[in-house]
Amino acid sequence: MNLKTKALKKSLWVYHMSGGSCNNCDIEILDCLTPKFDLERFGIVLVGSPRHADVLLCTGIVNKKCVERVKEVYEQTAKPCVVVAIGACACSGGMFRDSYEMGGPLNKIIPVDIYIPGCPPKPEAMIAGIVKVLEKLK
Amino acid sequence: MKIFYILLYFVAALLSFSIYGMLAMWVDRKVTARIHFRVGPPWYQNFVDFIKLTGKEVLIPEKANVLMFVSAPVLGVIAAAVAGTTILLVLQNNISFAADAILVIYLLTIPSLAVILGGSASGNVLASVGISREMKLLLGYELPFVCALIIAAVKSGSTTSLGEIIQFQQQNGKLIGSLSGVIGFGLGVLALQGKIGFVPFDLAEAEGELAGGSFIEYSGILLGLYKLTKAILLVVGPLFLISLYMGGINFSSVAGVIAGLLKYFVILVIFILIKNTNPRLRIDQALKLFWGWLTLFGIIGILLALAGW
Repeated sequence: MNLKTKALKKSLWVYHMSGGSCNNCDIEILDCLTPKFDLERFGIVLVGSPRHADVLLCTGIVNKKCVERVKEVYEQTAKPCVVVAIGACACSGGMFRDSYEMGGPLNKIIPVDIYIPGCPPKPEAMIAGIVKVLEKLK
Repeated sequence: MKIFYILLYFVAALLSFSIYGMLAMWVDRKVTARIHFRVGPPWYQNFVDFIKLTGKEVLIPEKANVLMFVSAPVLGVIAAAVAGTTILLVLQNNISFAADAILVIYLLTIPSLAVILGGSASGNVLASVGISREMKLLLGYELPFVCALIIAAVKSGSTTSLGEIIQFQQQNGKLIGSLSGVIGFGLGVLALQGKIGFVPFDLAEAEGELAGGSFIEYSGILLGLYKLTKAILLVVGPLFLISLYMGGINFSSVAGVIAGLLKYFVILVIFILIKNTNPRLRIDQALKLFWGWLTLFGIIGILLALAGW
C-alpha cells in the first residue's frame, strides 16, 4: 500500500447525495456527523461539492428523474472515490421496488462499493460500514 | 550566486510556513472540537489531507479557462509565501527597506485575488456568487487593515519600514501598550480574520449554501494549494501583526523564539475564539461592520495616535 492510499484512509471527505429518499436516512447521516459520534477524529468531514469528495453517500431509491443526476455527480467526483449505498432503498429498492418511479437500485446506475442496509441504518451501522470501506481500500 | 541563496531562503521559508501553518490549522480544529465537547482530529490530520489531495484526480471543467484555472492557486501560495519571506527577512536578518510594510499589505491582497481569479476562471455559477462576495469582502477589510498600518506608522514616528517600526518598539516599548495600539491591533485581528476566511467572514466559501463557493470546481492538488495558502496566511498574518504591534520576534536567542511563539499563540487563540463564538455574517452586515464601525474606530485610533496616546 502506498502513501497516498494510506493518506486517503485517514482523510475521507464525504459528499451526501439524495436520490429521492424519504429523508430518514439523510437525518441519520447528519446524526452521524454530530459531536456525539465525532467522525472528525478519523478525519471524516462533510464537504459541499462532489469535486472535493472521496466518499459518495447515496440514499433513496434512485427515481427516474434522479438517474441522470446521480450519474453526473458520480462522473464529477474526483477519483479514486468510494460509493456507499445507505438504507434499504438504495441497496435494493426496499418497499418501493415495484414503484412506477423506480429508476434504481443504485448499483444499476453506478458501481457501488459497500451497502449499509436498514430503514434507516443507525449511525453505528454507518460507522461500521465505513470501517469496512477502509479495509477494502488498497 | 546571491540570487541562488535568496531562492533557497525563499524555499526554506515556504516549507516552514507550510508546516507551521498546518500545525496552526490543527490547533484550530482541535480547539474547535474541544469547544464542541468532541475529541477532534490527530495532529497530523492536515498533512494527511494534503497528501491525499495530491493523489486525487484533477478535474478541469469544460467551460474553464485552463491557464487561469491552474495558475491561480499557485499564484496565491507564492504571494503569501513572498509576503512572509519579506517579514522574515526583516525579523531574522534585519534586511529592511523604505516601505516594506506597504509591500506586505499589497502581497497579502494577492491570495484573495487568486481566489477571485480561480473562481471566475472555473465558469461555475455558484463560484461566481462566491467570488462576488470575496471581492466585496476584500474591499471591506482592506480599509481597517490599512488603518491598522497607519496607526502603527504614526505611533513609531511616521515610518512605513517594518525594520524601523520594530526598532522603535525595542527602544520605546511595544505599541500594543498604548490606547491607539490596542485599537489598531483589534482592527488588524478582525481584518486578518476576513483575509484568512475564518467563520464570521467565511461567506465566500459557505459550504451549506454555495457548496464550497469559489472553490467549488477545484479538486486534487489545486484544492490542496488553496488549503495551503490558507495555512500560510494563518502564519504570515499574525507574524505581520506581531511585527507591527508586539515588537517582532527575536530570532537570535532561544528565549526570544519562545516569547515569539507565545505571542503567536495569543493571536491564534483570539482568532479561534472569535471563530467559535460568532455566526456567519451576511455580506451586507460584513460590509457595514468593516466600513462603518471598524473604519470609525480606525479614524479614532489615528487621531489618538497623532495626539500621542
